[in-house]
Formats: sequence, structure tokens, C-alpha cells
Amino acid sequence: MAYKKDFLQNLYRTMVRIRLFEEKVNECFLGGELPGFVHLYIGEEAIATGLLVELKKDDYITSTHRGHGHCIAKGAKIKPMMAEIFGKATGYCKGKGGSMHIADFSVGMLGANGVVGGGINLAVGAALAAKMKKSGQVAVTFFGDGGANRGTVHEGMNMAAIWKLPVIFVCEFNQYASTTPSSYGTAVPDVAIRAQGYGMPSAIVDGNNVFAVNEASKKALAYVRAGKGPYMLEFKTYRIKGHFVGDPEMYRTKQEVQEHFEKNDPLKNFVKDVLSKKMMSQKEMNAIHAEVEQEVISSVEDARTDPYPADSELFNDYYVEGGVK
Amino acid sequence: MRQLSFSEATLEAMSEEMERDERVFLLGEDISRQGGIFGQFKGLPQKFGIERVRDTPISETAIVGAAIGAALAGMRPVADMHFADFIGVCMDEVFNQMAKIRYMTGAQCKVPLVLRAPDGIIRSAAAQHSQSVEAWFMHIPGIKVVIPSNPADAKGLLKAAIRSDDPVLFFEHKVLFPMKGPVPDGEHLVPIGKANVARTGKDVTIVSYSLMMHRALEAADTLAAEGIQAECIDLRTISPIDKETVFESVRKTKRLVIVHEAVKQGGVGAELSALVAEEMIDWLDAPIRRLGAPFVPVPFSPALEKLVKISAEDIAKTVKEICR
Repeated sequence: MAYKKDFLQNLYRTMVRIRLFEEKVNECFLGGELPGFVHLYIGEEAIATGLLVELKKDDYITSTHRGHGHCIAKGAKIKPMMAEIFGKATGYCKGKGGSMHIADFSVGMLGANGVVGGGINLAVGAALAAKMKKSGQVAVTFFGDGGANRGTVHEGMNMAAIWKLPVIFVCEFNQYASTTPSSYGTAVPDVAIRAQGYGMPSAIVDGNNVFAVNEASKKALAYVRAGKGPYMLEFKTYRIKGHFVGDPEMYRTKQEVQEHFEKNDPLKNFVKDVLSKKMMSQKEMNAIHAEVEQEVISSVEDARTDPYPADSELFNDYYVEGGVK
Repeated sequence: MRQLSFSEATLEAMSEEMERDERVFLLGEDISRQGGIFGQFKGLPQKFGIERVRDTPISETAIVGAAIGAALAGMRPVADMHFADFIGVCMDEVFNQMAKIRYMTGAQCKVPLVLRAPDGIIRSAAAQHSQSVEAWFMHIPGIKVVIPSNPADAKGLLKAAIRSDDPVLFFEHKVLFPMKGPVPDGEHLVPIGKANVARTGKDVTIVSYSLMMHRALEAADTLAAEGIQAECIDLRTISPIDKETVFESVRKTKRLVIVHEAVKQGGVGAELSALVAEEMIDWLDAPIRRLGAPFVPVPFSPALEKLVKISAEDIAKTVKEICR
């Protein structure tokens, strides 16, 4: 498959942006700079990148508590994201949401979600609106192998199927539901088999290979955009980091993580693949890497010095009309 | 003035708002083919089509979740909960998603969504089809809670709820659906958050809403014959609660009785009494009294069910106890 240069650069830039952003968030959290808690997307970058590159700006996505990667890949800006995670007034949500509620409606990113499975039906509804308005927009909803066991997924898949809604159900099968291995908590090894129960086509794809993700996503999108109804994609991946930063990870060995990271790191694999096929040069990659690194560093510098929300902000952005003060 | 039933009034509200704004649509169980289990949606699919009056599977979680998503994407959905009791099934969607998403995202979005929830005791429907759960939702910032008692308010408040850019829970007592009352011709809107002084009086303030408002007014009639002039306030909205209208009345009457069908413990009456006690206890000449159901599920047998219901006699008796 021949890819255009700017497309490859785009994929690389997005994956690096997610990786460096998350590494920086990790560092800031461990340094005690961040309130709340954060869930990192490291090791899963190829999924958001390979899929969301195919969406239009006004297409919708709903995300999970592990949402930074989806946000970046949908086109959100690093600076207000970092500021939000720091709880600053300059953040996407003016410091009222934080990592788990980060959103950028201007690019169709309808929000991370603090409740596992909480975003599924919001995407179903956005797809319903798109269908009723005949706008041609689609919706993509992300969940993990943990979320796949929520009833919301099943109700949403059934509803989307009977109404033939333009929505893609994306399972990021990262092997762990919080701290519980999917081999223990999920009755089947592949959750995509459940799509059959709703008469929905599905595909199981290597989620650590951005090209495989991209090809499968294009196919799913063509189906959904043609008005044929919903589609399910299951991307096999591995959660390199703990459930949250600071997770003691009593449920797996360091060796297991190391093996996966060496074998399946989507970013490393991409670099190796692209360099060996001479699709991009090391020099090009270095330039992108350096540019992104600077962008991430400056987002942290800004976030550190940006103001916290003023006390007077407490009751703003609440009810549209009236409200209780 | 023309007389309409409560359900006809809500039907008129739906019809007018759907005509006025094509973003308004209805979804819920049994609403299109059946016309609603209380007939409250009859004729709407014929007028607006089954896309806009949309039957759903029995999937409350997906109904409310999808309604929120559609609202975020620019629609103005009205979702029917079938029975208020079933809101429990989709509570996450109601209190974690619908109520919070605007605030959590720093007002990047609006959630113009109405949840209609038929509530209350009717014909031995038993514990899972008889509840009045409105007080749960006044404990949740981000939602407005409306609970009309008569056809005119039902129409005006439903229209206001549909036009509101905030999520509104609209409770409608099942016994009220066939009840007739005067409804003004033409455009009729009732503001959310404004109580109504349904009857003026100088001796005691009786605050209620929904079906119990009728019991309160019956009690006021009885009391008037005995020389006690009760002022009756219909809250109509319980969140935000119109405490000023209640305070103004209590400043005059110096006595307060609050009545609701929901269990007394942790109810609207508890909140309102606390507000009055905190802010104007010096005005009171008698202890505040609350009438609500005993702390027990609604029983099935008519012989037991009647024991949890509040009657006009109960209200009159309570009023007389504090007006001595």
C-alpha cells in the first residue's frame, strides 16, 4: 500500500504527540504537580491515530477516562488540554473537568467520560441527530474490554442497529479492565463476536499497527457513511502503563509489560517499518519529534504559570438560564 | 375557558412545540404505535411521523444516553420514561451525564432535553410502578425539576421545559392524566422556577404540588367552612425551588404545612422546612408540619395502599392541630 508523504508525517506526528504528551503528564503527576488522577494512553496510540485521521472535523467522537489520545487525534490542541489537566482557567473546560472530562466540542470531541461505558450512548444519540438532520456526520465511540461488559454497550449497539445509525463502536482491547485481566472478566476472547448478536459487521484488528488500524477504519467508515448502519471494530492492544499513574500493578509482572513494550510498541513498530521501507527518513522524523517535544514542553510551562479559575467561576457554566447561587 | 384533560394539555404542548421547532422530537417505549400507555402521545406520529415520534426498545439507558447525545448534537429531544420508577435503570445517564456535562466541559455545550416521567400511586400498581421520586433529583445540581398539578400548568411548563436550554425532569402524576381543567387558548407558557399561589388565605400556608395539590385545595375548602383561611401554594417546580413565594406567604400566615405523596423522609418537605427554619424561624407561630407517605414501599393490596396515601382529611386535621 502506497501512502502519501504528508499522510505518513501526519500519522507520525499524532502518535508522537500523544506519546510525548502522556509521558509529560506522567512526569508532572509523579512530580506532584497535577490534581486528581490520570489514565495514560501510552501503547495504544496507533488506534486513535489510525482511525481518527479518517474523520472529518465535524464528525463526533465520545471517549473514555483514558481520553487524552482520542482528544489529540481528533484535533484538539495540546495547550488547553495540558492546562485543563493542571486545573487551570485556560483549560478546555476552564478547569472544571480535568483529565477525565476533557472535551473539545469545536472538533466534535464530545468528551472523555469518568464512567466506564458512559460515552457509548452519547455517540449513539449524536449519530441519531446526524441521521435525522441528514448531515452526513458519523460518530465513533471508544470503550475498552472492560467497558465492553457494560450494559450501555449492549443497549447502544442494539439501538444503533435497529435504527441503522452511522456509528462505529470501537473496542480498544488493552487486556485489562482497571486491574482485572480480560481473560478473567470477559467471557469471550474477542468481544467483536458480540456484534453478531446485533446483526452488525465487525473486524478484529492489530491495534498496535497504525496501518492495519487505518485500513480497517476506512472500511468501517465507508460502510457507516453509506447509511448501512453501525459497525464494530475491535483493536487488540496492550496497556503499557498502569490503570492510573501510581497504580502499584499487583495484577501483572514487570516482565509481561516489558515483553509487550518491546514487541508491540506501536510507535517503535511504525518507525521501524517506515524506515525500513524508506517511506520516511530519520531526519524527517527527528524534525517532527523535536517540534512536538517543544510544543509539549511549552504547554507545560504555560500550564504551570496560567491562573487557576477565580472563585467567581464556581457558579458559571452551570445552568444556561437562572440556576441556583 | 375551554376545558382540557391533563394529557390533552401535554399533547397540545408537544404538538405546538414540534410544529414550532423541527429539532424537537420524542422518543420512548410504546409512544408511537401505542400512543403512550396513558394516551398522552396519541395522534402525534400521524402528524409528525415515526421518525420524530420514535418508539424505542426497552432500553432506558440507551434512551436517555441517546437523548443526551442528540441534544449535544443540536436536537431538542423529549424522552419518555414510561414510569418514573424506571429512571433508576438509567440513573448514570441522568445524574452523571445529563446533569453534569455542561459544567464539566466549561459550558462548551447545552443539554436541551426533557425527561417526562409519569409518577405516583394509581390503582394498586405496587412498589415498582407507584413511586414519587422527585426529591432524588432536587439533590442533583444541573437538573431542573418540574411537577405540575393541573392541565394549564402542564401545558405551559412542558412548553417552557422544551424551550429550556437546560435538562428538565418533568414529573406527571398518573392520576392527573384524565383530569380536566381550564387551559387558556393560544400560546401559554409557565415559567420554570415560579410557584403559584393557588388560593389566598391568612391563617396557614399549605405548600404542595402535583396530585396532592388537589387534596390541599379540598382541605382548604373544608377549613374555610370552619373559619380557617388557608393559603395554598403550588410549587410547580421543585428545583430551583421558589422559596421567596413560600416565605412571603409564611410571613403573612406564620404557619406552614407541606404536603406530598412521596415518602416524608428526605422529601421536598424536608428541604423546604429546613429553608424556612434557617431563614425565618422567628416568623413562625407554630411548628412546621410535613405530610408525606410513611417510610415504606408502596404496597399492592388496596387495603394497605390506602394507608400510605394522604387525604384531604389528613391535611385538614394537621392544619387544625397547629391553628388551635
